Amino acid sequence: MYLTGVSLSLAAILMFFMALASSYIVRKGTGNDWQPIDLPRIMWLNTAILVASSITIEVARRKLIASGDVAAFRNWWAITTALGMLFLGGQIVAWRELAEQGLFLSTNPSSSFFYLLTAAHGAHLLFGLVALLYVALRAAQPAWRRRAIAAEATAVYWHFLDGLWVFLLLLLNFGR
Amino acid sequence: MTTHAGAVHVHEAPTGFFRKYIFSLDHKVIGKQYISLALFSAFVGMFLSLLMRLRLAWPAMKLPFFPDGILPEQYLALVTMHGTIMVFMVLTTAPQSGFGNYFLPIQIGAADMAFPVLNMLSFWTTFLSMVVLMGAFFVTGGAPLGGWTVYTPLSAIGEIAGPGQGLGMTMWVIAIALFCAASLMGAINFIATTLDLRTRGLSLMRMPLTAWSWFITAVISLLAFGVLLSGGILLLLDRTAGTSFFVPGNLVVTEKLIPHKGGSPILWQHLFWFFGHPEVYIAILPGMGLASHVLSTFSRKPIFGYRAMVFAMSAIAFLGFIVWGHHMFVSGMSPYVGMAFSVLTMSIGVPSAIKTFNWLGTLWGGDIKFTTPMLFALGFVSLFVSGGLSGLFLAQTSLDQYLHDTYFVVAHFHLIMGVAAIFGILTGTYFWFPKMFGRMMSEGLGKLHFWLSFVGVYAIFMPMHFIGLAGHPRRYADTSGAAYLQAMDPVHYFMTVAAFITVAAQFIFVANFFWSMFKGKKADINPWQATTLEWSIPSPPPHDNFAGQEPTVYRGAYEFAVPGVKDDYIEQHVPPEQVAKG
Ligand code: HEM
Ligand SMILES: [Cu+2]
Repeated sequence: MYLTGVSLSLAAILMFFMALASSYIVRKGTGNDWQPIDLPRIMWLNTAILVASSITIEVARRKLIASGDVAAFRNWWAITTALGMLFLGGQIVAWRELAEQGLFLSTNPSSSFFYLLTAAHGAHLLFGLVALLYVALRAAQPAWRRRAIAAEATAVYWHFLDGLWVFLLLLLNFGR
Repeated sequence: MTTHAGAVHVHEAPTGFFRKYIFSLDHKVIGKQYISLALFSAFVGMFLSLLMRLRLAWPAMKLPFFPDGILPEQYLALVTMHGTIMVFMVLTTAPQSGFGNYFLPIQIGAADMAFPVLNMLSFWTTFLSMVVLMGAFFVTGGAPLGGWTVYTPLSAIGEIAGPGQGLGMTMWVIAIALFCAASLMGAINFIATTLDLRTRGLSLMRMPLTAWSWFITAVISLLAFGVLLSGGILLLLDRTAGTSFFVPGNLVVTEKLIPHKGGSPILWQHLFWFFGHPEVYIAILPGMGLASHVLSTFSRKPIFGYRAMVFAMSAIAFLGFIVWGHHMFVSGMSPYVGMAFSVLTMSIGVPSAIKTFNWLGTLWGGDIKFTTPMLFALGFVSLFVSGGLSGLFLAQTSLDQYLHDTYFVVAHFHLIMGVAAIFGILTGTYFWFPKMFGRMMSEGLGKLHFWLSFVGVYAIFMPMHFIGLAGHPRRYADTSGAAYLQAMDPVHYFMTVAAFITVAAQFIFVANFFWSMFKGKKADINPWQATTLEWSIPSPPPHDNFAGQEPTVYRGAYEFAVPGVKDDYIEQHVPPEQVAKG
């Protein structure tokens, strides 16, 4: 039931981002004022961190579900949480680099979309981070019945945001 | 899925006032909250429409709040708020979130929705959305002027485009964004509930068509509202952060150059209608499910073509996502694209016709009982057909060049979406009232209400076809200055009088509703001799619906007129060996 709920929310989030991505393409194609921006280099590092966090959350999940190893689960889960925070921090650094170049939300449609897409993704990721933290904290309680389902649901959500980010990055990079 | 009905979220009946009636987790209370919100909104919307009708019939009339009469820009604000309140707060809220919340869990044998907290959150977010929307009336500049579709660029550049386009429009966008979030939460809940909480024996193909329609509507909501939300965010940024998503360059409004550049106003239309067309089906599908259900019950016959009905609703939902361009034929789109949208749009006629003929097939040879809910369900079918036929005209690109933005479109969507869906809501109210409140509504008052409303809505909206064909544009505050329009003034008088009579008739309904709630005849468990699970539990149902016992379902939802059986119906939960032979 919880997995159903999370999977359904992914469909809604996907539609939301697809609408933004379509708007990106349309806006770029119709206006004659689009100026491509170079992505801050740190974003590739951020991406690597997020992909890594997807791997660590998967390890954590398998430790819990397949081998029932709660201690290992908690370690991998903590690493994932840290990587998630690192990613968000890195995104903020990327924003500041752009701002130093004088590129703000309203400077150019390209920068508008850049800030919008990264912020929208970041907001969803922040929500995932809250879920990660919640599970990390409650996992310490041995009697917590819903540990497995909460971990699974969070992992599904996290993988999705990872994939979504890779898509957005490709769009921002190759759709410049 | 692994979990099973009932066991997952048994919550005790709350005792405190707040937990019981305000921040309740009980799907029945939340359903009633949604219905109350919709009822209130419907009366606000009707009030606004009467003001518009007054202005159209007597442009100079002075009114309370309008000492100089209704100004043209105030007329536009009335149009916008009427449309927005009716579409979002009434037609999207009552049939799906209201009745769906109350009856979906019961009809599938569950103790509650899958996620009760989310459910509560989605109601209160909807409520907040309504508060923000109504707030637009009271801010400086007043309510927005853009119509319920708030086309860009005039909706994106602030009060230079008109007084209400300032703060009022910003509030509109925020209200709609909240509404989107609330609807998404609701959709997730409805789908998860239908998939995971059906009771023993209730396969998908045994579900009542009402449950099917709520399920399919939820799928549409899930895929559509995110797109409107994205559009709303872009619009909000254009309005407040100086971006240019929708505002083109070199735009001059009231002799001022607008500083934005390069944006695409048409992009908003695409985003809006990609949501907007599915939205009209969100409004009407629950009514279709309910009409099927009620027609079968009061014809005492199984629904004609159950599978075809499920298929037709699914096909409508699917096609509904690929026809949005028919709202944009005059936006300058390529004729080839227009052609594609035109053909796709007309193809929706096929599942719509399947539904209509199946309704007629259900009635055919039935032992028809003309109760009030039955009359309203028949009214629904009538309105759906009348409104659907004009859709086929509008779907022709060449005809739409002329008919677009005339009263013909207003006639089309009021018949098929506005009043048909309202008739669906009234069908549901008369049909389920005994279950919800344990008392019967007055049949005499109900029938009076039906006949006045039925004749009334046709009297209001039929003439609009003719003035539309005669070239009367929509959203005009008066006809002064155009001789060919002034010739149509008598039609406006007629429609205004009809509107007043029809709205007055709604007070018969309100009186009947509240009188019956306290003084109506006591209803027994199954007053309509219906078959589905809600009629197997007390009226009104207890807090946990089935008193902790999951019912078992043995058959489909429409077992009427079964040969060799004592009564002319068999309820879904009665084991085969207990069915009385006769
Ligand atoms: C056979 C089915 C239908 C066809 C072929 C059809 C076709 C159309 C077309 C072509 C338009 C655009 C007219 C214009 O703006 O120039 C339109 C407008 C509209 N239709 Fe339909 N329609 C159908 C069913 C429905 C249903 C079932 C609903 C609602 C329950 C609905 C609600 C609306 C609304 C609300 C508008 C006007 C929106 C606005 O401009 O404010 N239609 N329809
Ligand atoms: Cu449409």
